[in-house]
This record gives sequence, C-alpha cells and structure tokens, in this order.
Amino acid sequence: MPTVRLQAPEKARPGEIVEVKALVQHPMESGFRRDARGQPIPRKILNKVTVTFEDELVLEGDWFIGVAASPFLAFDLRVERAGTLRITWRDDDGTLITAQHRIELA
Amino acid sequence: MSKALALLALLTTSALALPAGAEGPILYEVDGRRSGYTFLPSDLQALQDDPFENPGLLWVEQGRLLWSEFDGPVGRSCAGCHGLADEAMSGVRARYPRLDAATGRPVTLEQQINRCRRVQMKAPPWSWESAELLAMTAFIGKFSYGLPIEPTIGGPLTSWLERGRELYHARRGQLDLSCADCHDGLVGRHLRGDLISQGQSNGHPVYRLLWQTMGSISRMIQWCMDAVRAEPYPPGSEEAVALELYLAWRARGLPVETPAVRR
Repeated sequence: MPTVRLQAPEKARPGEIVEVKALVQHPMESGFRRDARGQPIPRKILNKVTVTFEDELVLEGDWFIGVAASPFLAFDLRVERAGTLRITWRDDDGTLITAQHRIELA
Repeated sequence: MSKALALLALLTTSALALPAGAEGPILYEVDGRRSGYTFLPSDLQALQDDPFENPGLLWVEQGRLLWSEFDGPVGRSCAGCHGLADEAMSGVRARYPRLDAATGRPVTLEQQINRCRRVQMKAPPWSWESAELLAMTAFIGKFSYGLPIEPTIGGPLTSWLERGRELYHARRGQLDLSCADCHDGLVGRHLRGDLISQGQSNGHPVYRLLWQTMGSISRMIQWCMDAVRAEPYPPGSEEAVALELYLAWRARGLPVETPAVRR
C-alpha cells in the first residue's frame, strides 16, 4: 500500500470551512519516458480521485498524465456534521488506494 | 559593498521564516559555505519547509514504518535494538560518513544500515536507491534536521579525505570537467535555466524535482558524472565513499536538511 499522508482538523464547528490536504506516493508514470536501455516505461498513473464525507460525494476528479508524481491534493470542505472523510485514488490497473480521517464537531 | 549588502539581504530574508533547528533558527550559510537551499526560489524553500507538503516526508513516513518492522529469520527490527528513533537516531546522520574502527575505513549511512541488516538481522541488504533504503536514510536523517554536519576526519580517514579531494578536483569525462569547475568556480552562474549551486550534500537524500522522487548522494554524484559524460563510480565503491567523505567535510557546519527539496 503506497504511503498516504492526510491532513485535516480533528474537530470543526458546524458550518466551518476547513482545508484538507493529501499527498499520495505514486510514480505517476506518463508512458512517454524511456529507461536507460531506451525501452519505453509503461504508463502507470492514478486516473481518478474520489472524496466522500460519510455518504456524500465531496469531489471527484479525473487525472491524466500531466499530474506530477506523488500528487498533492488540497481542497476546502464545509463541515456540517461529525463524520469520516474518505479519499480513494484509482490506479490504471484498477487498484484502489484509500485513506480516511474522522472529523468531530467542536 | 553591494555584494555584502546582497548577502545580508539574502541572510535576512532567509532568516525571517526559518524553521527552528535544535538551538534557534537554522543558518543556511556558514563561513561562505552555502546550502542548496539558498539557491532555491522562495516557493521551493517554502515547499521544503512545509511540514506536510514536502514530498520527501512520504519516504520519511515509510521509513518510520520500516523502523518497527521485523525482518530476517531471527525476527529483529531496528526498533528492537535501537529503541525509539527520536532518541537513538538524533544527530546520527550529521556525523556520516564515519570511521568504522574495526576496518579503519569510512562507512556511509546506507552501508551502515545494510551492515545492521546483514549482521544483526540476518536480513538481505536493501539495494542502492531502493525505496526502502531511501526511506530509511530519509527517516534517520530527519532526526538530525537543523544540526550541523560534523563528519569525523583525521586518523585513518586522512588518506580517504585526500583521495576524495583529488577526485573532486580531477577533470573527467568527455566534457573534461571536474566537480570544482562548476561547484567552486561557477557558483551562482546559470547552466541553461538552472542556477549552479555549491553542490553541497547537507540535504541528502533529497526529493529532486528532476527525478520526481528521492535520491541519495550516490545518485547525485552519478548523475553529475553522467552529465559530463564520465564513467560513474559504482555506489559503495572506494572512490564513491571517498568522494562522499570529502563532500561531508566540504559541507561541515551546514545544517542537515534531510529530506531537502532540490531541482
């Protein structure tokens, strides 16, 4: 499981807008590079990111080869209730990487 | 006069938002020796300083997990012998490469880690530039953040330091350049769009934007040699270790910045 770092507050007041940051370790290989022998390195990227808070979809993104390795994602979230924030990234090969974080009401 | 003022301005600006080292703000310039940090644009300095966004921290996190993992047939982990890394590894990276009393030779941090794995854990060594070795050196390095580089020299290491110095000053490769030609002679000038730094090794292993991944000082030296079309020394070879020792001496007093961000 690739390393994921997720930063969000532990508590928020109802209605407060908080910043969430996530970093996921991934080579994000574009498919255009060649190795030392001149052979093409196959494409391998995270092509989708989905963020949910409890049962609600917060954001969804389609990623392409222009996204750099170990992609950094940051977004603002309005917290109305306590719950679990989940982020899921999908690799080209179908593997899912997930991270979650619990936010309580202050 | 204007050069002194520019220098003062540089020091003052970099002093404003300094992360704290062990004792007060970090000084990125010591006696004319300048960390690669001082050649970075402010947004990359901010990226390195950011306690979350520095990409190298992903490897530090991986290292933290490896520290407690059992490996090898005798069921040992780093934590099992060394205990908590915060205490055991504090200041360690700042003293490498160090003298191995048993052999009278210098040993790099990577070599020491693999020696522990081989001798204590009976586990296979991690290969050079492997994710695990980068993660462990980044993790251990973090506990020296802000502390001045202080390699041991003198005694049996004198000849190694001299060899490193010779290698640093020797012209090599199709482009017939030595490390000194650029990193002493052309510092602050441009190499195409990039600014030539002093090539100090105080931040290694670094997250290099060019590689979009972590890289050890070995990889950096090999890259530079490729760049002048010279045959690189294999990592762990005598020449490579002598060079690394010389670079550590050359960086003496500069703060450890592992994991640094560099271009």
